[in-house]
Amino acid sequence: MSLDAKQIQLPLTAEVIGDLHAGDAVELTGVVYTARDAAHQRLVTALDGAEGLAIELDGAVIYYCGPTPAPPGRPLGAAGPTTSSRMDAFAPRLYAAGVRATIGKGQRSREVREACREYGCLYLVATGGAGALLSSFVTEAEMVAYPELGPEAIRRLVVVGLPVLVAYDLHGGSIFPRDADLG
Amino acid sequence: MREIESSQITEAVAELCQRINFELPAEVVAALRRIRESATSDVARLVLDQLLDNARLAREERIPYCQDTGLVVVFVEMGQEVHLVGDDVYAAIDAGVRQGYREGYLRPSVVANPLKRDTNTGDNTPAIVHLRVVPGDQLRLHLAAKGGGSENMSALWMLTPTAGKKRVVEAIAERIQEAGGKPCPPLILGVGIGGDLEKAALLAKEALFRPLGQPSEVPELADLEQEILAAVNATGVGPMGLGGADTALAVHVLSHPCHIASLPVALNVQCHAARHGTAAL
Repeated sequence: MSLDAKQIQLPLTAEVIGDLHAGDAVELTGVVYTARDAAHQRLVTALDGAEGLAIELDGAVIYYCGPTPAPPGRPLGAAGPTTSSRMDAFAPRLYAAGVRATIGKGQRSREVREACREYGCLYLVATGGAGALLSSFVTEAEMVAYPELGPEAIRRLVVVGLPVLVAYDLHGGSIFPRDADLG
Repeated sequence: MREIESSQITEAVAELCQRINFELPAEVVAALRRIRESATSDVARLVLDQLLDNARLAREERIPYCQDTGLVVVFVEMGQEVHLVGDDVYAAIDAGVRQGYREGYLRPSVVANPLKRDTNTGDNTPAIVHLRVVPGDQLRLHLAAKGGGSENMSALWMLTPTAGKKRVVEAIAERIQEAGGKPCPPLILGVGIGGDLEKAALLAKEALFRPLGQPSEVPELADLEQEILAAVNATGVGPMGLGGADTALAVHVLSHPCHIASLPVALNVQCHAARHGTAAL
């Protein structure tokens, strides 16, 4: 692992994902989509049925974030990560559907780690409770789906140098000290 | 009797809701700085530096330090010689929350129906209000905006009376270890011991309102606070669950007499974004 942050341009390529290891610091530049509990339920319902998907999942990076409203002169308010484990039940489906990385906070289920390995994806962590700081890396924000969900709506964010750590990599590694080897 | 206009409560609540979301309490900043100096891992230093930068940025730019701007919890101490004029105290508080969250561009984080979850109330109301009548003609508002991620890791145990202090310490340490990075450590832990089911939970919440790190005035409980803190910091969870010795900044314990058959213990978990403040009218 290395805390000298690597600059990563989104979307993620298989080559870039393969080179990253749990514990690496990276700075992301490009498009990420916010989605949390309610939006995940709707996305998975859409995957299950005939209803069209609200966003293109293939190649997407999902940020588990429900930002505060944008005050005048800013693209949005505070924008830190929420607890990822609440999205564990949905994450493997979304990885299978093409999501390349998720960003949140805290450890997750074994199934999510296995999905990262199986589908060649990443789980990244940002610092929880650093909403003001993390918002400073967001240059654009646009509502793209489920506006009726308010803070839980899906927003398309453009980020420049968003600092995150690789938590789960595609090699089965984990940043969390208590996670056992996947074997 | 002293008359207090309900609009004074509304104004005080609106101001507090914003201030506590923009300004991390000085004692929390000091505690983060202290553990930053002693941190032994690069990743812990990186996280703590971000949290200190974040607190500075939020205060300077008046944006919330965390996007979870909380569920408002208010402990009201109302002097028995106060005559409230205008709205009732609950309506006055909700009006303050509505105003504060709108003016401050704070996130509405309340759904009207906990099971259907299809409607956000839009203004972060209703607040959770605990009203207490006290001697005198003052009205005090102790207000917190409690984050969901840490609240979710809270717990309540109905232990057997003979389980004793050792089991209390173990239960809390196990819970925090299991929670790992989810509640955003470094944490502040409120612990309520005794009473009954709801009293223990209320004590645990109330304990979080004590200024950070101020020990219990009861020597036995002050010792217990240190014992729990040591056990929790021995879990190795560390800042954001990424490892280290600083899982909690402080433990605050309150206790109350209880039934001979019971030993209720409640744990209320508070993240480092400790949004709370007080106003006196």
